[in-house]
Amino acid sequence: MRLVVDLNKCQGYAQCAFLAPDVFAMHGEESLIYNPHAPEEQRERLARAVAACPVQAITADGLDSTGERHTGSAQGASDAR
Amino acid sequence: MPADYMGWLRREGRIVIVGASLAGLRAAETLRAEGFAGELTLIGDEPYEPYDRPPLSKAVLLGMASPHHTELPHRREIDAKWRLGVAATGLDLAAKRVRLADGDEVEYDRLLIATGVRARPWFKEEEARLDGVCLLRTRDDAVDLYRRLKAGPRRVFVIGAGFAGSEVASACREMGLPVTVAERAGAPLVGALGGVIGAVASDLQLENGVDLRTHVTVTGLEGDAVGRVRAVHLSDESVVEADVVVVSLGSLRNTEWLAGSGLGAGPRGIACDAGCRAFDFRGIVTDDVFVAGDVARSPHALFGYQFLSLEHWGNAVAQAQTAAHNMICHGADRRPHLWMPAFWSSMFGVNIKSVGVPPMGEQLMITQGSPAERRFVGVYGYQGRMVAAVSFDNTRWLEFYQRQIERGAPFPVEFPTTDRRPEGRQPVDADFPDPSLPSHGPMVTLSGYSPADQQLVFHPARH
Ligand SMILES: Cc1cc2nc3c(=O)[nH]c(=O)nc-3n(C[C@H](O)[C@H](O)[C@H](O)COP(=O)(O)OP(=O)(O)OC[C@H]3O[C@@H](n4cnc5c(N)ncnc54)[C@H](O)[C@@H]3O)c2cc1C
Ligand code: SF4
Repeated sequence: MRLVVDLNKCQGYAQCAFLAPDVFAMHGEESLIYNPHAPEEQRERLARAVAACPVQAITADGLDSTGERHTGSAQGASDAR
Repeated sequence: MPADYMGWLRREGRIVIVGASLAGLRAAETLRAEGFAGELTLIGDEPYEPYDRPPLSKAVLLGMASPHHTELPHRREIDAKWRLGVAATGLDLAAKRVRLADGDEVEYDRLLIATGVRARPWFKEEEARLDGVCLLRTRDDAVDLYRRLKAGPRRVFVIGAGFAGSEVASACREMGLPVTVAERAGAPLVGALGGVIGAVASDLQLENGVDLRTHVTVTGLEGDAVGRVRAVHLSDESVVEADVVVVSLGSLRNTEWLAGSGLGAGPRGIACDAGCRAFDFRGIVTDDVFVAGDVARSPHALFGYQFLSLEHWGNAVAQAQTAAHNMICHGADRRPHLWMPAFWSSMFGVNIKSVGVPPMGEQLMITQGSPAERRFVGVYGYQGRMVAAVSFDNTRWLEFYQRQIERGAPFPVEFPTTDRRPEGRQPVDADFPDPSLPSHGPMVTLSGYSPADQQLVFHPARH
């Protein structure tokens, strides 16, 4: 499964690293590194991490919690992050 | 043209996207999400489906991710015709056709250009071809570099201490490899963050065992009898033996294929209006050609309407979404691309982030924390206004500073902050080099008002 983290949004809360430690890891105090190609057996854990990320920074195939947010027409300036 | 052109375009028009990477993919998804039902074609010269680049210099080199697998997740079905592994070689604006390297031509009703940038190669071609001389922009580059680092070279040499070069140096140290970094400026990251923050980055490298050489340029690469690189010659006459050399001298915009097309495209990118519509070479806006991502150059209201070129991941995503939206709607429903520039990097275990446009800043104040502790926020000011902020391991504060920048908050910073140290009460010179003499490819290019202005061309020093 493919995934990507918007590291501009990510605040280093480490919630994902706690829920899916084989996919996400903290590197230093607040840098997140992750495997953008998570094995299929991680789906469950990854889904939990996607749902639990306080800033919804994680997008994964078929588990997108953010996809719909970009479709509004009044997004303009609020895309600013 | 049909009476209801937009209705027709949305139902059965043809949209072509050139550049099948981050901006191209996100634009395609937005088009479908907003109801575009016509024919969508994505053209990309790399043979791979869109993949993410930031991990190539971080998770990949740290062994956390495979360089073969950084493909981007898809936010939705895009039902596109993919033309991968074939470059666009020309554009006929009048006939609305894109020419491809294999001789094919693709017609469009609306075109999005998202061809990004490529790594600036080592300027002496023969030396650049030596075995062991690497670039890092593409997946193929990352596969090659990772393999070479895993093989345990005796020493790695990084030319250029911008973000990418510094990230590579960091990964090398983590792998236990001896690494030398050469930088023309006085410190790493100077072009992006100025000399004051650069000094912090310098200390970080030295503490982590990087052999950092500043105020020097590389004058030549020396090969052995079988064509492998073996040594690097510097302007201070020193010679460093190395068997891997990573050339990290910034980037070149992929606009050559547009030469002669009549678009306002050149070495500094493709100029467009705030709605992502490309300008032609006369500075007149086109209505069916749009631009997004690293290749674009667009005016920003918050920063004096200067044309900004940003090589930032978040900009590629936001600009692609805005361009796609504007491509399929009427004038009054269009929206401007007013994204707040934002960037992240991580090196030596430190998370570095910025918002706004630091190189625009003249002065800097450390408003929270302390550089000595590698945990702080610095604020950049220009003509009495806050224009940017940078954080080292202090990301949670950035959103607050972003709002201040959006409001045009005054500088020097007057509001009280937690963890403000005595040395942070006064602004200091941010210490950016003369912008006409960049020390490496700048991450942000400011270029004044005229979209047709192509006078400021980067000439790498060759001494
Ligand atoms: C190693 C590395 C690390 C990075 N780290 C960070 C980071 O930490 N934070 C951050 O904010 N940003 C980072 N970036 C920058 C970020 O990756 C870019 O901003 C982003 O990729 C821009 O996307 P884009 O789609 O505009 O351009 P690109 O990703 O450059 O894609 C353009 C695509 O178009 C193709 N193309 C070019 N010419 C043609 C043609 N004539 N015909 C067909 N196809 C063509 C190219 O081959 C490429 O695939 C990093 C980049 C690299 C290389
Ligand atoms: S949970 Fe979200 S904010 Fe926290 S580290 Fe993971 S991606 Fe970042």
